[in-house]
Amino acid sequence: MDSSQRKRGKMAAVLVDEDEEELSPDEENIISASEDEEDSDDDRKHTKLLEAISSLGGKRKRMQAERSEASLQISEFSVNADGAGEKVELSDLLGSVEKTPGAPNKTKKQLKNLQNSKETLELPLSRQQTEKIQRSVAYERSSKEVSRWESVITQNQKAEQIIFPLKQETAGPKRVEQVVAGWKAQTPLEQQIFSLLHSNHQPITDPVLTPMEEASIRAMSLEEAKIRRAELQKARALQSYYEAKARREKKIKSKKYHKVQKKAKRKEFLKQFDEMMKTDPAAALEELKKMELSRMEERMSLKHQNSGKWAKTKAIMAKYDDSARKAMQQQLELNKELTQKLIVPSDDDDEGNGDDEASALPDFVNEPESADGSVNPWMRGKLSSEGREVTADPDTTTTEEPASSQRREEEQDQEEEEEENEEEQLLRHFETKRKLRQDEEDDLVPVAQEKEDGAQEDARETARDVQEEEEEEEEEDEEEEEQEEVVSEFNALFNRLMKRTRTPTEPPPPGKASRPQEAELAHEEEGLLDEGLVRARTMEDLEALVHDGTVEETAVSVSHAASVDTASEPHSKKKKKEIDPSEVLTKDANVIKVPLAPTLVEGDEGEEEEGPSAQMSIIKEAFAGDDVISDFLKDKKKQEEAGQPKVVDLTLPGWGEWGGVGLKPSRYKRRKFRLKPPPAAPRKDQKLPAVIISEKRNSSIALHQVSQLPFPFQDSTQFETCIRSPVGQTWNTQNTVKKLTAPKVVTKLGSIIEPLKKEDLLPEEKSAGALKKRPQIVLEEKGGNAGKRGGGARRAQQQKRKKKK
Amino acid sequence: MAAPVQEALANTHVEKKKKPPKRYWEETKNEDDKNTDKDVKDKNSEGEAPQEVSDKKDDERRKKRKRRIDGKFISGKKDPFPGEAPIPQEQLKKFQRGKKFQKLNRARKKAKEIITQSEAASALAQKEAARYDLLLPEEAGFLEGEEGEDTCTVSQEDIAEAVDITSGAKYFNLHLTQFGPYRLDYSRTGRHLLLGGRRGHVSCIEWQTKNLMCEMNVMETVQDIKWLHTEAMFAVAQKKWLYIYDSKGIELHCIKKFNDVLRMQFLPYHFLLATASATGFLQYLDVSVGKEVAAICTKSGRLDVMAQNPYNAIIHLGHPNGTVSLWSPNQKEPLVKMLCHRGAVRSLTVDKTGTYMVTSGLDRKLKVYDIRAFKPLHKYFLPAGASCLSLSQKGLLSAATGDVVQVYRDVWGGGPISKPYMAHRVRGSVWGVGFCPFEDVLGIGHGEGFTSMIVPGAGEPNFDALDVNPYRSLKQRQEWEVKALLEKVQPELIGLDPGLLGKVDQATFEQKHKERVEALGYDPLANEKFKPRFKKRGKSAAGAVEKRKKKVAHEDQRDVIRKTVEERMEREKERKESAKQQAEQGRKTALDRFKK
Repeated sequence: MDSSQRKRGKMAAVLVDEDEEELSPDEENIISASEDEEDSDDDRKHTKLLEAISSLGGKRKRMQAERSEASLQISEFSVNADGAGEKVELSDLLGSVEKTPGAPNKTKKQLKNLQNSKETLELPLSRQQTEKIQRSVAYERSSKEVSRWESVITQNQKAEQIIFPLKQETAGPKRVEQVVAGWKAQTPLEQQIFSLLHSNHQPITDPVLTPMEEASIRAMSLEEAKIRRAELQKARALQSYYEAKARREKKIKSKKYHKVQKKAKRKEFLKQFDEMMKTDPAAALEELKKMELSRMEERMSLKHQNSGKWAKTKAIMAKYDDSARKAMQQQLELNKELTQKLIVPSDDDDEGNGDDEASALPDFVNEPESADGSVNPWMRGKLSSEGREVTADPDTTTTEEPASSQRREEEQDQEEEEEENEEEQLLRHFETKRKLRQDEEDDLVPVAQEKEDGAQEDARETARDVQEEEEEEEEEDEEEEEQEEVVSEFNALFNRLMKRTRTPTEPPPPGKASRPQEAELAHEEEGLLDEGLVRARTMEDLEALVHDGTVEETAVSVSHAASVDTASEPHSKKKKKEIDPSEVLTKDANVIKVPLAPTLVEGDEGEEEEGPSAQMSIIKEAFAGDDVISDFLKDKKKQEEAGQPKVVDLTLPGWGEWGGVGLKPSRYKRRKFRLKPPPAAPRKDQKLPAVIISEKRNSSIALHQVSQLPFPFQDSTQFETCIRSPVGQTWNTQNTVKKLTAPKVVTKLGSIIEPLKKEDLLPEEKSAGALKKRPQIVLEEKGGNAGKRGGGARRAQQQKRKKKK
Repeated sequence: MAAPVQEALANTHVEKKKKPPKRYWEETKNEDDKNTDKDVKDKNSEGEAPQEVSDKKDDERRKKRKRRIDGKFISGKKDPFPGEAPIPQEQLKKFQRGKKFQKLNRARKKAKEIITQSEAASALAQKEAARYDLLLPEEAGFLEGEEGEDTCTVSQEDIAEAVDITSGAKYFNLHLTQFGPYRLDYSRTGRHLLLGGRRGHVSCIEWQTKNLMCEMNVMETVQDIKWLHTEAMFAVAQKKWLYIYDSKGIELHCIKKFNDVLRMQFLPYHFLLATASATGFLQYLDVSVGKEVAAICTKSGRLDVMAQNPYNAIIHLGHPNGTVSLWSPNQKEPLVKMLCHRGAVRSLTVDKTGTYMVTSGLDRKLKVYDIRAFKPLHKYFLPAGASCLSLSQKGLLSAATGDVVQVYRDVWGGGPISKPYMAHRVRGSVWGVGFCPFEDVLGIGHGEGFTSMIVPGAGEPNFDALDVNPYRSLKQRQEWEVKALLEKVQPELIGLDPGLLGKVDQATFEQKHKERVEALGYDPLANEKFKPRFKKRGKSAAGAVEKRKKKVAHEDQRDVIRKTVEERMEREKERKESAKQQAEQGRKTALDRFKK
């Protein structure tokens, strides 16, 4: 009691001392008053009072300091800060550690570092973040856990048949060593032998390898595995470094950098190549070959031609931009360089072939470039191509004259070169005329035109013909394509025509006779051109005759005229389409000799009703063949036409122009509003003249067909191949049917099917691994040859390892 | 693992005297090689079939495989023919169904698995079938003449004398002079013969035993006769209607829907009786349910030339204008129409595989067509022309020219033929010919009766007892009938390509829609179902939406009602008017005529 009172008195004194410094005088009185009381709860009251006072001041900090917590009252290190009245320094705490010999050096070092470091510790993560991390870790772990089942599941899904329960007791005979396991040596001899074996670590029952051997093998395998793993790790790390580097470099956008890089590479390559030339000529040769190969590829590909996006933009820019032009020029040069055919030293035959090739090509291919072409190098080839179109058109109207052509072919070779230039000029001339004609198309004044130069006029007229033909025969677009195919032919023809004018022996052509002959060569040539086109003129006349009718009628008439004209021309497309009645049902029939001649004739007995006239009718029927054929062809034509999609004419007369009786909507309008459907698919009987195959769809079977591709398949062929072979008994043997129709899941009657267990899972994998491994080991260890081989391999690996070290 | 031990044990037991017992430490090169072999095989097997196999099975299999690989049995002898017996390529090819899938790499992973599985299955089926082909040991033989002797000059009497008695008995004549000329039909098994005389005589004969099953006279013209699916029933095309009798001659049906039938064909797997009539109608009768499946007006006059393609059940008709048309019951127009002759087509026939068609016409020509490509292969000129054609199961062609029946060999196989393989003269003009299935016999119906002619190499020597069994008992026949009915192919599946069912329907949506409209009779997608638009502020709540829907529906209904009411009113009005008029007319007197 005494001691406790004393203590309390001490504490109070301390409190008083402290308070005396801070408190105001009026408070002092209270304290002194309280001091008078000698009750046990004096102190408590005092503190309460203090609290009340402090709360008046609203100081929160104080309150927190006063908080009573276990950790505050009993410090971890039994050191109280308020004992000494000052802060606890870390050095105070750690000072003793330095001296204690038991503390490990590592911790000492760490502590020292800690002391020296001025950094503040990072805040602990917020609750959400920690939870997130925890969740992700947990997810990873559990997904790993779950994914262990994946392989088993996929395997079961893939399996053609699963028999439940999965683990079945193996019934039937067991392996010998399993049976023998329980057996013990009994006779003394046996015991002796076994003891001997035991002492030498030799296998007793089954295992082919001794335990020692097995142990060594296992060790080796582990070692190898480690090495392998290390190698793999290294490779992976290197790869990742490389990838990172590549990625970084790829991101660099600086053109200059890339340029420099490229240049450096090229330089390096050259240097290398030079070196290689000196050191290893064979390799250099190979390198050269590679370059050559790349060049060939370039030649084959369309790179550096005008097809690229860049090139196209440059082509547009070239007009205005000098640099673009230059770049393009460079590109072209590069192209030329790359695509240049290598001159191979060859025999005479090859040269001859080359000549042939050249002659096979249309002449304007070899034409020198025109000087007055535009600045744009891409545009250079254009003229010839346009010219080709123009030249192609008259082809429809010109006719071949085979008799004269043969004679002239010898001369042609000599004069070809001279003509090329002229021809080009002529074509250009022709084209300009055509343009002119196009401009003046609307207001045709043929009389005025005729007063002009005769040649020019004619050229224009031909151009007009061409134009009109184009307009009128919209459907005959295909013909043009055909014409393009025979451009070379036309070229030859053209040349021949040119030549004919030059040869004085040739009688003047009928078209030419109408107009006076001109002395000038150029004029002559043009006249010749007219000659070629005279026929077109006549055709136009024909058109004009029938022009009163509707456009359709004219088209028909044109085609008719064409057909009339083409009677002499063997290569007309329309002609090909039509079936020649003479082609149908004409094939030589083998006559069969019959040893027994029939004594009876059908009509006599078989068809009594018909009487003697039957024979006659039979003969008549037999020789009514032509009629039959034409009937059939008619039928076929009708069917074909019925199957063709029809042109929809949506022109409204009077819209946008005058309408009324006798007025037709303009040609342009009609063309615009006529909807031409896409051509029907080619008929199945297209190439069978004597057959009509119905194009109707068999919709009755469609109900039973698969109309939508089932899931995993991507195209119908995949699915169709899967169901191509029948399953039924009619087409297969009994065994096959059984196998093909085996149920996917088989359960044993009465047995419990338990879910997969973890225990089932792991050992399975292990055992599978063992199964795979063991034979290899056996091979290596036991075999004479194979073992040596294996050993050799291992040794080589070891050597490698040493080298690396 | 266990395998070497087994080997060792086996050796100890059997070869005691020859070799010392083998020990595990005696490592011989040989064994090693075996091991390596086995390993390789093991790996292969693992790659082939990643399946769960029970331990025991695995073990057994390994044992077997090992034995095979080693080429050694327990006795130590080597297997002189190790591995499976090889299958000749032609046999494999015979059972090839479609082409293997080539572009497997492009397939999706899952699809790849399925494809490989099905590929393996079909390979297995093919192999097995080819292997079992061994069980068809019979081969067709042909008549071979001595040097300088023409086979066609060998007379039937000579052949009948030379062969054994049973075969010799297959050459016989039936003298039926009263009611001829005769048409004939063999049943599918080849045991039964049906004869139909033009003047009404009908008889069925079990021709090998010469057992007459029934005989009668229908007292009418008989145009054609045909067995139905079994020998218990047959159809007779008489003067007016089509009749069906049973094998005892009892009339079962008289089908008046089928009139003026001239020719008939029975499609056994579809249970369809196809008839061609004088009125130009091609009709199909389903004999399993007794319903007419299709009636097609061919618009090409009298149809007296008809044949069926056994491969795809397409009916071929020959016409007087030299064309041959191909028909299925699903299409009202011919699938194919081909011009074959300058004159009328007299007869035609199609071979068993559906590849070739032979036609003969009034222009005295005989033509062989490849019916898959619709192209003529060979053309022959027969001086007398051929009136009746028939092809045997093995591809022999019989052609009747007047009273001579000629049989040709290799009509399409090799080059053009120049002379017949066999020939036989009968009495009277030939009216019908037909090869007997599974027999080397050609039946000829003619004016003087019937002749059975021996043609070596005509019939298929091997029969499929599950399909057609010539030796079946009554019970077997009954069972077969049930099964056949269960496996009946629906007539909708008849088409030029019988494999079409296994193809994906590539028709566009528009096409399908058109067909649907045709089938339903109206366009189901014509007026779209009302779909209420989404509106804000709670106006698209379920109740509101329902209300709106109802509103629209009511509106529609009101329209319908309005229309019907209007119609009714109109009708009422009309009725009233007409009544009024009638009343007025009723009031008319004789003097009314003077009113105007």
